[in-house]
Amino acid sequence: MSRHRYLPHTDADITAMLDRCGADNIDRLFADIPEQLRMKNGYDLPGEMSEPEVRRYFNALENENEPLVCFAGGGFYDRYAPSVIKSLMARSEFLTAYTPYQPEISQGTLQYIFEYQSMMCELTGLDVSNASLYDGATATAEAMMMCVAAARKRNRVLISATVAPYVREVVATYARYHKVELSVIPEKDGVTDRAAMQQMLAEGNVAGVILASPNYYGILEDFSGFADDIHSAKALMVINSHACALGVIKTPAEWGADIAVGDAQSLGMPLNFGGPYLGYMCTTKALMRKMPGRIVGATKDEKGQRVFVLTLQAREQHIRREKATSNICSNQGIMTLYAAMYCSVMGAEGLGQVNRLSYGGAHYLARNLTAIPGVSLKYPDKPFLNEFVIKFPSPEAADNAYYSAVSFGYLPGIRIADDELLIAVTEMRDSDEMDDLTQIFTAAVCPADNGKEANDE
Amino acid sequence: MNKDFYDKLIFDCSVKGRRGFSLPVNVFNDNLDDLPAQLLRNEAPALPEVDEPTIVRHYNNLSTNNFGVDTGFYPLGSCTMKYNPKINEEVAAAPGFAALHPAQPDETVQGALEAYHTLQSFLSEIGGMAEFTLNPFAGAHGELTGLMVIHAYHDHNGDFARDKVIVPDSAHGTNPASANVCGYKIVEVKSLADGTVDVDDLRSKLDNTVAAVMMTNPNTVGMFEKNIPEIARMVHEAGALMYYDGANLNPMLGVARPGDMGFDVMHINLHKTFSTPHGGGGPGSGPVGVRDGLQDFLPNPRVIYDETDDSYYVSTDSPEALGRISSWLGNFTVELKALAYILSLGADALAQVGPHAVLNANYIKDSLKGDYLLPIDGACKHEFVFDGLADKSTGVTTLNIAKRLLDFGFHAPTIYFPLLFHESLMIEPTETESRETLDRFIEVMKQIAREARETPKVVLNAPHNTPVVHPDDTEAALHPVVKYSEL
Amino acid sequence: MIKYLPSHEYARIEGNEAYIGISPYAAKQLGNVVYVDMPEVDDEVEKDEEFGAIESVKAASDLFAPLSGTIIEVNEALVDNPRLVSDDPMANWIIKITIADPAQADELLDQAAYDELCDKEQKH
Repeated sequence: MSRHRYLPHTDADITAMLDRCGADNIDRLFADIPEQLRMKNGYDLPGEMSEPEVRRYFNALENENEPLVCFAGGGFYDRYAPSVIKSLMARSEFLTAYTPYQPEISQGTLQYIFEYQSMMCELTGLDVSNASLYDGATATAEAMMMCVAAARKRNRVLISATVAPYVREVVATYARYHKVELSVIPEKDGVTDRAAMQQMLAEGNVAGVILASPNYYGILEDFSGFADDIHSAKALMVINSHACALGVIKTPAEWGADIAVGDAQSLGMPLNFGGPYLGYMCTTKALMRKMPGRIVGATKDEKGQRVFVLTLQAREQHIRREKATSNICSNQGIMTLYAAMYCSVMGAEGLGQVNRLSYGGAHYLARNLTAIPGVSLKYPDKPFLNEFVIKFPSPEAADNAYYSAVSFGYLPGIRIADDELLIAVTEMRDSDEMDDLTQIFTAAVCPADNGKEANDE
Repeated sequence: MNKDFYDKLIFDCSVKGRRGFSLPVNVFNDNLDDLPAQLLRNEAPALPEVDEPTIVRHYNNLSTNNFGVDTGFYPLGSCTMKYNPKINEEVAAAPGFAALHPAQPDETVQGALEAYHTLQSFLSEIGGMAEFTLNPFAGAHGELTGLMVIHAYHDHNGDFARDKVIVPDSAHGTNPASANVCGYKIVEVKSLADGTVDVDDLRSKLDNTVAAVMMTNPNTVGMFEKNIPEIARMVHEAGALMYYDGANLNPMLGVARPGDMGFDVMHINLHKTFSTPHGGGGPGSGPVGVRDGLQDFLPNPRVIYDETDDSYYVSTDSPEALGRISSWLGNFTVELKALAYILSLGADALAQVGPHAVLNANYIKDSLKGDYLLPIDGACKHEFVFDGLADKSTGVTTLNIAKRLLDFGFHAPTIYFPLLFHESLMIEPTETESRETLDRFIEVMKQIAREARETPKVVLNAPHNTPVVHPDDTEAALHPVVKYSEL
Repeated sequence: MIKYLPSHEYARIEGNEAYIGISPYAAKQLGNVVYVDMPEVDDEVEKDEEFGAIESVKAASDLFAPLSGTIIEVNEALVDNPRLVSDDPMANWIIKITIADPAQADELLDQAAYDELCDKEQKH
């Protein structure tokens, strides 16, 4: 029997242990498995790699990737990640624990989740946060199901066309199987069409309305009056936002929302090619017991110490099974520690500064790009935070600009139509990079202009 | 563990005017305050104001109030708390992956796509399936995704009457919960005295309204469902599909494959069987595999290998796909960790994981079955369940035993699950624990049984050595205090 | 007259009204009640259908209506003090309804039949 560093047993161990079990070989422990089900030949998988070989393997894969200077967003941003976080995230007492079912030896996990919940309540303005969901898209789908559960008999949910398309797709998937009637509120000039929403609410049977700000196009929507429209139809109001923006923009609570959801990746988390990120959800005290996911609460122990426990567990799947508010069990766990540490490092002032730098940079870049002949803002009259849509004079020009930028090492944005690009700027982008991108686009859109060679370094 | 209880919150460390961040000076002309006032917050969020050294001390001290696999033995049944290799963390944090935006064009992320595709093909080999999606974020998310695959399959066949899912009464709570989220009614099937599914009861419940039967094998009492070939035949004859809950896959590594048992759809918990850390509750990863013929129903996006030019691309528009269940390709860096684990073990060592996990479980079971009540005898697989102490006269409950274990530096087993027994104590040691660790655990368990007979108060009042003792759960649920401003 | 559902809800019938709550046996099984999820006045309840839920720290169960009818009162005292149900479940009813169909009471268990059921469950 070959030895491996993850498998401690020697042959002598195995012999002694089998003796205790009254078996002469390990195979005897599998005697109950029908012979035709037993694996006959080993796995058709590569042989064992030593640690240096594993490193080499992954280095080779890494070299097949080309990380680009990121002007893409769509809800996920290249953000400054404070170095203390990386160091602290490696604490294996945090990393290798599981769900804090034994509070006596899990106060570390329970306290950071409590800190996280407190911070998310500050950001959203709502009363209570759960201990995370998977990502912003599934969190929005959970919000939809929560609306339907709270409404008991009504099962129609409205979602604005300005919510990110991948979020709408996930919500639509859940709706299809969970038997929720999902209708899309049309957009008008880049924002939710309020008159259309009012019309749809008037048709009745609506349990909830899902909106977004900043929306997919980066626009800050004005929801004045929306809460009244929605609540007078007895429906719940859900707002999806990326968490970083909540440091400065009007909070979901201030708009009158009942549920705030979204992705918290923008709190300095690495892009990680799509995950792990962090889905958050906050709600009002009134709806607390309808909220999916774990919740940590404070209490006292026998010594009178302030301690933390998992609470309101009766909502959860391990107790209520098919009657649970959701099937979620594992969540994004330690990513809430990341969010809590990020909010501690940044504070309100740092979060404000991040948003100010992003706002300043985005408006600087938007002005420069729209100075290129034929390039314009798609929604010139709408306020935006750090992300905006530009229109190229033609699909060919958009193609040229996009691929030219990629060839120079930039991810210039997300293509949302043949001739449109969604561009994000964060505190990580400096004016040199933005000027470079502007030159590349100029050269790509106006080749005859012959003005600037992009690669002037 | 720290015996001096560190009880501060980061908010308690906050002093007005301190700062922990370091950002460039704002040189731009456009000012966020130019935005219309009604679009901005009325006041700044009350986040802590802390300097960097204080932050570091706070979270380091907090971590000493925690118990992880790296701290000690963690025999939490059904959770497979195996050792989390460090090389996995190293490769997953590499900037060549961590800096990739998910919207990067395919040609600039070939390495990442290859990693995804390679892991899915390895899992297909291990599960005996045709293809895996790695997009689901956790085991329960995998269950839901797998049920959606099944739903999409029946819908595709115009088989709309199938509105029920059958689950054994011993099933993980996520099974019925996932079926409910997927819009199915739940029908329970009984377990026999040996903990396996009652085949006759199952037969009586199978008809053309059943979409799927969800099972875990070995089941939650650690017994192999030896009638699985017959069950699979019956279920398939009724036109339903077999779903494998992969929470208990670990003992099957090197032993048997769910696909060969007759399962059509399965999920795997990478944070259990494939050694990725549990992170205090996540992030996990719950890849879903399907047998040949069901691939087209897997969710978008999918990673496809194009043989003609030896490259990978992301497909987002499979027409038969069940839809989209994640923003992107799941918890990608968790997937990298699992890939590193499989490569580190290789085919041969991977095939020893199941046998060693099973040996460890049987070793504990056979060492303790005189002191603890073993309701189901026989060779268990990765885990087994005691129904409390053998001596029922002491008044000591499973909860007391769990708390007393904490005093000795062990994490408690899973308690009061499965629901088949009143005093369930579910123990899963995993293959990464040495004989010395198991011996020490056995010794302590025997001591607790002895204490229960001789000095029961010691057990009834446990724990004694933890920084926190007997938190008031009832008060927490009666008057929930869920954020700092409510303290 | 007090009658029971096998799922341990009682109906204390007074004329064409009934007080509905959970039995002392059920209260004991649940342990300390921490929350009662109640419907609203004027909601209709349907015999054998769910009308709410009751939770302790480690358990939860749905509440089923022993009789059909319209809710005329919910026990507001339980909002702030759900433990009243644990202390005295017969005095601390959950909802009060006007009975839609008095004949339905005949389908419920009387005290003797209910006691027998509890005995059986206890031994199981």
